[in-house]
Amino acid sequence: MERVTIKIDGRGIATSPGRTILDAAEENGIRIPTLCHLKGLTDVGACRVCIVDVRGQFVTACTTNVAEGMEILTDTEAVRAHRRMIVELLFAEGNHVCSFCVSSGGCELQDLACEVGMQSVRIPYAFPRNRVDASHPRFLIDRDRCVVCGRCVRACGEIEGARTWDFAERGSAVRVITDLDVDWGQAETCTGCGKCVDVCPTGALVLKGASNAEMRKKPDVVAHLAERRSHG
Amino acid sequence: MERQIHIEPVTRIEGHGKITVFLDSAGDVRDAQFHVTELRGFEQFCVGRTMWEMPGLTARICGICPVSHILASAKACDAILAVRIPETAQLLRRLMNLAQLVQSHALSFFYLSAPDFLLGWDCDPATRNVVGLIAARPDLARKGIRLRAFGQEAIDRLGGKRIHPAWAVPGGVNQALSQEDRAWMTERLPEARTTIQETLALFKSAFGDTKERDVLGDYPSLYMGLVRQDGAWEHYEGVLRIVDAKGRVVREHNPAQYAEIIQEASEPWTYLKFPYYQPMGYPEGMYRVGPLGRINACDRFDTPLAQAELEEFRAQSGGRSGRVFDYHYARLIEILAAIEEMAELLADDRITSPAIRAEAGVNAREGVGVHEAPRGTLIHHYWVDQNGIIEKLNLIVSTGHNNLAMNRAIREIAKIYIKKGKVSEGILNRIEGGIRAYDPCLSCSVHAVGRMPLRVEIVNAQGEVEATLSRD
Repeated sequence: MERVTIKIDGRGIATSPGRTILDAAEENGIRIPTLCHLKGLTDVGACRVCIVDVRGQFVTACTTNVAEGMEILTDTEAVRAHRRMIVELLFAEGNHVCSFCVSSGGCELQDLACEVGMQSVRIPYAFPRNRVDASHPRFLIDRDRCVVCGRCVRACGEIEGARTWDFAERGSAVRVITDLDVDWGQAETCTGCGKCVDVCPTGALVLKGASNAEMRKKPDVVAHLAERRSHG
Repeated sequence: MERQIHIEPVTRIEGHGKITVFLDSAGDVRDAQFHVTELRGFEQFCVGRTMWEMPGLTARICGICPVSHILASAKACDAILAVRIPETAQLLRRLMNLAQLVQSHALSFFYLSAPDFLLGWDCDPATRNVVGLIAARPDLARKGIRLRAFGQEAIDRLGGKRIHPAWAVPGGVNQALSQEDRAWMTERLPEARTTIQETLALFKSAFGDTKERDVLGDYPSLYMGLVRQDGAWEHYEGVLRIVDAKGRVVREHNPAQYAEIIQEASEPWTYLKFPYYQPMGYPEGMYRVGPLGRINACDRFDTPLAQAELEEFRAQSGGRSGRVFDYHYARLIEILAAIEEMAELLADDRITSPAIRAEAGVNAREGVGVHEAPRGTLIHHYWVDQNGIIEKLNLIVSTGHNNLAMNRAIREIAKIYIKKGKVSEGILNRIEGGIRAYDPCLSCSVHAVGRMPLRVEIVNAQGEVEATLSRD
């Protein structure tokens, strides 16, 4: 079997070609923080949280494949500073208020902020004006809490096959929509399976009726489904 | 020449306020105003949020009485779901409201107000606080602190958190009471009861002479509070009763229809609105809520020890009391009543049932939640769309009801201590004490310990400062 040899944080590692830096790190118990990455879904490098230093270049670990002799640094001062800034930008761009959020205590963004040591947000908040869409009988979307990681779009398309969720607009105006930008309750393609809710890392997609800090997700569900279907 | 006296900021209350005293050309008090100088905006930024978030969101109005907002909010949401919540949820919510009443009243009495009258109105401000109380009366202070801690710990054990426990939810509560926590509370109730009985005895021995209690003014008003259908003291549900200064029932009303009898006026000099009893107009429809409002509005307590205290209080006052100072007295009686009812609730085996939440969708477009917060009647009123998104809300908080009465209190006190332009020593303390008796909760901030600069400015009609008095 073909092997490539790389170095992560000075440690020599042998892995298979075609693996990502993130895969190689995880196989060897090296922690790299992630947000848009989710096992079972295609990696897209949307959030940039998993950046690592490859000989002075910052690349996303989830979408960069290993190569022979690659030297990767996951935890330098510069990497940590960039990562923290990326998380601060995610906070500044939305309206993330943990104190009354239904996902508080079970939120990947909240955990990430703790992990990267975010003490405050140094960038002015954008305070976007969003509308909560609670038209679906079982779920609701609060775009104030959406980080546009696209997990819902990928889970809906790749696992459920419904393709209800997609992106609209560009740049900082980008947002997730259902069908052709209709209210979720009117989206004819939605099967109501709830995978989008389970994979959403924040309190953006939640069960209707969940109150403060009650929402707990099951993001691992897509990895199990993907695994079983691959044996299909 | 007309003059103005400013007291800013008012200390040892929950939040930031200031006081202006207006003098006429003879140097006598023409008017006095209590200004609340903060703007919060909850009624604006809650619009567009979901009703399920409202208990957790509105809890953030306050760090002292978050439980009150959580309960009133959850009740308003129950009305929107149009459900009858499970009886255990009802009992548990009552239990938490009582724990909140104990801790909040204990904070008001032992930490904020007792230093004034137990250490002396005119003693050094540097020691006239809870730290000074610990030094002078260590046993009493320790018991008071333990009493408050008991209330806080009971809230924690019920809701998982001392402050902002997001535990009451639309349809009930989200965590049952364990046998262990039930036992913990039950075991500590006797000590709490002893503490409050001793404090009541001490209070009565110090202020048995009712003249002593005239220090913060005595004036008639209407009183409002929830009572049970049979007229007994109530804190969580029942009918909204308004009585006159003699205790005669003026009105009993469905709390959900509060808007038919209570309206709110605004004044340009404060952010706090002025609710008034609508049939009597503004400002004649002044009424008082909170401990004194409640014990004046009810016919009796349903628990024996509190009832005995109420009978003694009424015998001494010749019926209902209009004394501002008696808010402290009423607060102590209510702590006793709360501890008695907590014992009853904890003895009821239904209290640990796991059936605690009713599930439902949006079945009504409007809901009102009314209950008694420590400081008085609290009203949350929500309007939602068909999906449960808040379209409009109205919050009438306890401190608001007392706004007219607090302004009246400082005017009365100022009249006693300012004559012919001469400002008596100690007026600042009395005026602040008058406000403090109502235990107003102006925001989340607490100044329970520590000293803020207190300054009085005497300003002439041209706005020039004639003289400045300062504690520093």
